[in-house]
Amino acid sequence: MIVELGHYALVLGLALSLAQMIVPMIGLRTNNARMLAVAPSLTVATFLVVAVSFAALTWAYVTSDFSVRNVWANSFSDKPLLFKITGVWGNHEGSMLLWILTLALFGALVAFFGGNLPSRLKAAVLSVQGSVTVAFALFILLTSNPFERLSPPPLEGRDLNPILQDIGLAIHPPLLYLGYVGFSICFSFAVAALIEGRIDAAWARWVRPWTLVSWVFLTAGISMGSYWAYYELGWGGWWFWDPVENASFMPWLIGTALLHSALVMEKREAMKVWTILLAILAFSFSLLGTFLVRSGVLTSVHSFATDPQRGLFILMILVFFIGGSLILFALRAGTLRNGGMFHPVSREGALVLNNLFLTTATATVLVGTLYPLLVEAVSGEKISVGAPYFNYTFIPLMIPLLMAVPFGPLLAWKRGNLAAAAERLWLTAAISLVAALAIAWLIYDAPVLSAFAYALAFWLIVGSFADVWQKAGFVKNGWSTGWARLKGLPRASWGTALAHAGLGITTLGIVGVTTLEDETVLRMTPGETTSFAGYDVEFNSLTPGKGPNFTYDKGIFTISRDGRVIGTVEPEKRVYVASRMPTTEAGIQTVGLFSQYYLALGDAVEGSEDIVVRIWWKPWVTLIWYGTVVMVAAGLISLSDRRLRIGAPVAARRRRQEALAAARAEPAE
Amino acid sequence: MRRLVATLALIAALGAAPAHAVNPDEILDDPALEDRARDISAGLRCMVCQNQSIDDSDAELARDLRVLVRDRLVAGDTNDEVVAYVVDRYGEFVLLRPTFSARNALLWGTPIIMLLLGGTAAFLFGRRHSRSRAGEALTAEERARVAKILDEGERNDG
Repeated sequence: MIVELGHYALVLGLALSLAQMIVPMIGLRTNNARMLAVAPSLTVATFLVVAVSFAALTWAYVTSDFSVRNVWANSFSDKPLLFKITGVWGNHEGSMLLWILTLALFGALVAFFGGNLPSRLKAAVLSVQGSVTVAFALFILLTSNPFERLSPPPLEGRDLNPILQDIGLAIHPPLLYLGYVGFSICFSFAVAALIEGRIDAAWARWVRPWTLVSWVFLTAGISMGSYWAYYELGWGGWWFWDPVENASFMPWLIGTALLHSALVMEKREAMKVWTILLAILAFSFSLLGTFLVRSGVLTSVHSFATDPQRGLFILMILVFFIGGSLILFALRAGTLRNGGMFHPVSREGALVLNNLFLTTATATVLVGTLYPLLVEAVSGEKISVGAPYFNYTFIPLMIPLLMAVPFGPLLAWKRGNLAAAAERLWLTAAISLVAALAIAWLIYDAPVLSAFAYALAFWLIVGSFADVWQKAGFVKNGWSTGWARLKGLPRASWGTALAHAGLGITTLGIVGVTTLEDETVLRMTPGETTSFAGYDVEFNSLTPGKGPNFTYDKGIFTISRDGRVIGTVEPEKRVYVASRMPTTEAGIQTVGLFSQYYLALGDAVEGSEDIVVRIWWKPWVTLIWYGTVVMVAAGLISLSDRRLRIGAPVAARRRRQEALAAARAEPAE
Repeated sequence: MRRLVATLALIAALGAAPAHAVNPDEILDDPALEDRARDISAGLRCMVCQNQSIDDSDAELARDLRVLVRDRLVAGDTNDEVVAYVVDRYGEFVLLRPTFSARNALLWGTPIIMLLLGGTAAFLFGRRHSRSRAGEALTAEERARVAKILDEGERNDG
């Protein structure tokens, strides 16, 4: 009964989102204020019924109702409760339901927090958002119904893909979806602006927090996915340039570009047309990612089903929204007037440079991801575009961009002084050079290029703070004044500095683990000790056991250095009961704060007690994810900035009113 | 066999299969040769996997290819000769780094073309924009002044 209720709620959600799309649109045409005013209520109602629908499916999972085909196909009665819940979105139908729930949620947030939006703009935004919800609700109901029943109901389910039974899965997809779908708001704002034919700095003020929220979630989601792959897949890689990773990386790159161009638009009213285009593109790439993953055009661990009918449906959605918005853009962009002029050497110029490199990088990743499909379609030949291609193209594109990052915040708006900015960065340059030389000297056989890479990473980390350092003026004003000024800086300045520094920290981790990583593979007998990368590893025992829905062989290893025990790791090889699928659980010991000792079990050697053990030494590897944590924190700090609080969805109502009051008190910019 | 196929089909994409990859019995005695073998293997695709090199994969075929690569190296082939040998037998699909060929011109050219086009567009747009503004004499001046005043106000603000 509850399952049918869920199904019914979803149909109702479709009807409500249709109303949410159509009624305000008619209101806009006929200038009917009452029709405009109904948009927020419809949006919130859509969200509520979709939430009911999602709750119903979750309930079916929690109670292991195997009469529901979706639950039967992806769950198992002995599965831990947490993984029963995460199993809801660990499959195609459920993940689409999560997608639509997120869409409706963001719509509702705009409706709820958008009290100070002009009513026409608000209605237009909600209407466009409604149209996206309609498309995906139709998609689920027509091709991917998660509420389908089985008769007679089976006694036991087929279990969730074992590698998805992990805490990483509990967090990774929802974060990613919040990011992906968050860009739908930017998209809706962009299309609404084009429909209304009006766009100004206030528009950018409205869109920037949403971009920031999406960016924060996407950053966290991608980082989470990367760490999950690192510890779950058992061979210590953290980024594979897999098509599906690329599908989430492209919206991130474009979203990062959008974040920067919206800044120019907000402050200087320049780059309007370009910002609108980026807002459209960011969501287009989210849709494209969904298409690539869901259609089965690219098979991967993420594509739960390969059904051409679904692929075709998503392709239609894709063509309609991307094509439609781009046509609208082409028709209306000419009417949008650009504002402030600027010299090439200026803050705006630096942000143009940022956009140029980020969009080029996105295009490169896009072409690399789709090229095999293209070649096969044209000539029938099969080629591969793997990690080496992306490393050869993407990295050279990032180097000049990363080098330029510390300059950006030091340049003034409109006309900057490059020489002055460079002068302020001499200390940064000196520090990074010394650090790089020290590392190169410590690792005597380090290649010259790696010394350069270290210098670049330190340049980023240290240089990111050049702006706040400058503004504090410790040297000129003394410590106490400097400190006071530092505390008085707007949070957005800190956000900028920290986000750039986080990028530097991630870069440092990547450079460190790439240049210093070491690995070995060997046969070990219980009781044996081996030395590797300066540590001793003792293989204590190998014991079989049984988990809730799997059996395992667990190896116990003690890692020590100079007789002092650092820790014990317990890598496992598991076989899941329902699917008979083997997986590895790596044993990871963090040494110090940043480096990791990583063990994975291989095959048992027949006719002996021996087992193959692979050991990696991963120096500084955790910096990769710490860096992203810093970026996420930076995003949140920026989001809490007084000047951004208008429209920020996380702001409490009270703070929102304060911000409103502050905005009224401020002179219009 | 069925289990192997199912495993590969489902989880091979990210190299999800249990990590055995290179096994101790495959490793060559000569470390220099082994290093070269690892280098070459990292650039060759495991044909039955999704996006995984033979160096990372535990599939039978990947193992066969790893052994083949090592055999060719021991026989005295250069790295290029080994790769050419494998490509002859399995086609370009096996290369994770596509060749620099006319067919792949768009692939390799994208970053450069985009940078040049984008850079030129930004430059031209910036110039045209500032010229057209200059033509509007009074209003442009007024706008610039207003912008400047606002900008200063804002700077004092924050």
